[in-house]
Amino acid sequence: MNQPASAYFMEERHDPNETHTLSVLVANEPGVLARVIGLFSGRGYNIESLTVSETESQKHVSRITIVTTGTPMVITQIKHQLDRMIPVYQVVDMTLTGRSIERELAMVKVKGSGDQRIEAMRLAEVFRARVVDATNESFVFEITGATSKIDQFVNLMRPIGLVEVSRTGVAAISRGPEGM
Amino acid sequence: MSDSKSHDANQMTGAAMIVRAMVDHGVKHIFGYPGGAVLPIYDEIFQQSDVEHILVRHEQGAGHAAEGYARSTGKPGVVLVTSGPGATNMVTPLADALMDSIPLVCITGQVPTHLIGNDAFQECDTVGITRPCTKHNWLVRDIKDLAKVLHEAFYVATTGRPGPVVVDVPKDVQFATGTYTPPRKSDVHVSYKPQTKGDPGQIRKAIALMANAKRPVIYTGGGVINAGGDASQTLRALVEATGFPITSTLMGLGAYPASGKNWLGMLGMHGTYEANMAMHDCDVMLCIGARFDDRITGRTDAFSPGSKKIHIDIDPSSINKNIRVDVPIIGDAGSVMEDLLKAFKAEGKKPKIDPWWFEIGRWRARNSLAYKKSDDIILPQYAIQRLFEATRGHDTYITTEVGQHQMWAAQFFGFEEPHRWMTSGGLGTMGYGLPAALGVQVAHRDSLVVDIAGDASVQMTMQEMSCAVQHNLPIKIFILNNQYMGMVRQWQQLLHGNRLSHSYTEAMPDFVKLAEAYGGVGMQVIKPGDLDGALHEMIKVKKPVLFDCRVAALENCFPMIPSGKAHNEMLLPAEANDDATAKAFAGGKALV
Repeated sequence: MNQPASAYFMEERHDPNETHTLSVLVANEPGVLARVIGLFSGRGYNIESLTVSETESQKHVSRITIVTTGTPMVITQIKHQLDRMIPVYQVVDMTLTGRSIERELAMVKVKGSGDQRIEAMRLAEVFRARVVDATNESFVFEITGATSKIDQFVNLMRPIGLVEVSRTGVAAISRGPEGM
Repeated sequence: MSDSKSHDANQMTGAAMIVRAMVDHGVKHIFGYPGGAVLPIYDEIFQQSDVEHILVRHEQGAGHAAEGYARSTGKPGVVLVTSGPGATNMVTPLADALMDSIPLVCITGQVPTHLIGNDAFQECDTVGITRPCTKHNWLVRDIKDLAKVLHEAFYVATTGRPGPVVVDVPKDVQFATGTYTPPRKSDVHVSYKPQTKGDPGQIRKAIALMANAKRPVIYTGGGVINAGGDASQTLRALVEATGFPITSTLMGLGAYPASGKNWLGMLGMHGTYEANMAMHDCDVMLCIGARFDDRITGRTDAFSPGSKKIHIDIDPSSINKNIRVDVPIIGDAGSVMEDLLKAFKAEGKKPKIDPWWFEIGRWRARNSLAYKKSDDIILPQYAIQRLFEATRGHDTYITTEVGQHQMWAAQFFGFEEPHRWMTSGGLGTMGYGLPAALGVQVAHRDSLVVDIAGDASVQMTMQEMSCAVQHNLPIKIFILNNQYMGMVRQWQQLLHGNRLSHSYTEAMPDFVKLAEAYGGVGMQVIKPGDLDGALHEMIKVKKPVLFDCRVAALENCFPMIPSGKAHNEMLLPAEANDDATAKAFAGGKALV
């Protein structure tokens, strides 16, 4: 036994981590986001991305989309812990259903002149990014897509003259006619 | 006309609504401490007689008293405290109640709504601070929401997996007038629907495992005590029908009687050898209302390696949290056990497990709770055994503080019924026992309530002696006084090279004088021969008693699963000489 003297068993778990996207329907009441975030920080879970907005104003329902990583056991725990919160209606693991669409929006500011501007525009066209602001020495591109596509676009813009990026985080919805 | 009249009768202030809601939920006693932000509620309490208020000396005491009340009655404990420090002093009992699934409804005062966020006098972010240590909490900003939130609070605290809730009520909302609505179903969030009925398919799978078990064990926890119906009776019938051996966590003691023939004793870090060996070697484990806590499992990768595990729990997040189980059943322990019992009887096949009982008999013969008796000094284990004998025939409730004395109480005091054993299991709160005993005594005025205490723990909430005297609560505080923080010292001896860093109390108060100063009765016993007489005297006294029982200073609590070890690597008292101890804890930096 190589563990130090302790009242606790210090076990290291080596299960591989997985990334999951969770959609959480919650009652839109004060403090509900703090509850969800507090759960993640309090229990040491990871948040890769989090988006939240009211989606059904009549019923005061908001939808939170969380991208998280953890071992399969931890991911299951996260879902159960979310589900037992009083204002949570439903938790769906979009990764497990395997039939979800995940999109993110980013605005990317790029600074440059001459050939750099032409290169930036050319790449933006390939990625179907739109120009939403332009000056003589800069562009702001708006791009939507999967997280990997946005990562790729941002990486390509870096050597050209990337200034800053603002990303919304992932929103997800299932394919087909059924709702959550 | 009567309509408009009843409408008028339901017009009231927020403060009046709070008291009215308590009455509507059958609350007879509340524990609290007044302050600026709850004065309107205290004014209402003054003008009525349905609800009796118990005045504590510190808000933490109110919280633990309410926990004791709840655990000994099955009803929610209710607490009323003021804003700011009143609320922050409640944090420990809230966290304690959350860990041990105790239903508490805590009303906190708050500064007026227009001052919230302004750093007003005695303001704190109560809902923010208590969010992680409550099942749910509410800040009520509008008198229109108050009645509904109060009803929801009682519902959430007492249903599903019970737990503490906080309702934070700003002072202007207490003064405002609104319409009170009696409790209705629609008060509760539609998103909150605990599942109580077990899935029949899962129950069938469980029965198939149980019917073919060769080495089964039932492992129960506090969930059985909390569960609906007469869960403890159902458990007894289930044990009777199956003939399986049964062990329990600290929290579950009393659900199955300690005198029952299938009882193995408590399991876990300081559990009996037979209980832990049965857990390790079993082929079918039936876990009911327990959560595979780290004090129970020892090292998780070596926990009961050869068994199929059935886990009944009302909280889905308890399933597969620490230990992967084969047949999870979500539901109320009482309801699921009834279904299991029916199905097991219908199956009509009782597995033959005589060889298993024979093996258990061999483990029992190791006598893992043995200790060396002495004629000169009182051994703490002996003190508890004598207390147990002295209280037989009395209607007895036991609370404890946290530490060695708590483990000895669990090992040596036999509990025959549920709701008789109040202890801080999950959070391990020193100072829990004295105020908890107050709460128990409030609920059971004529019963014998004993706090089995340690000299260190009891000083954390000693001020509640004053509350006991004021409210004529004749609690008995039985202090196993070894002048150490015994459990801390034990760990320092075992794991930190016997460097007893700050675990010795050099300036111990004179507990006899202290009791007298409070207006209670003080007693002290040093010799084993004087113990029985003194215990009988203590039980006879109709006043709060501080009983200073001087015990062997360096006695340690065994048997024990050393950290990082499995159930079958227990250290037994007979073997706990220096060499064996050093070996068991080898790898620790201290014992080289």
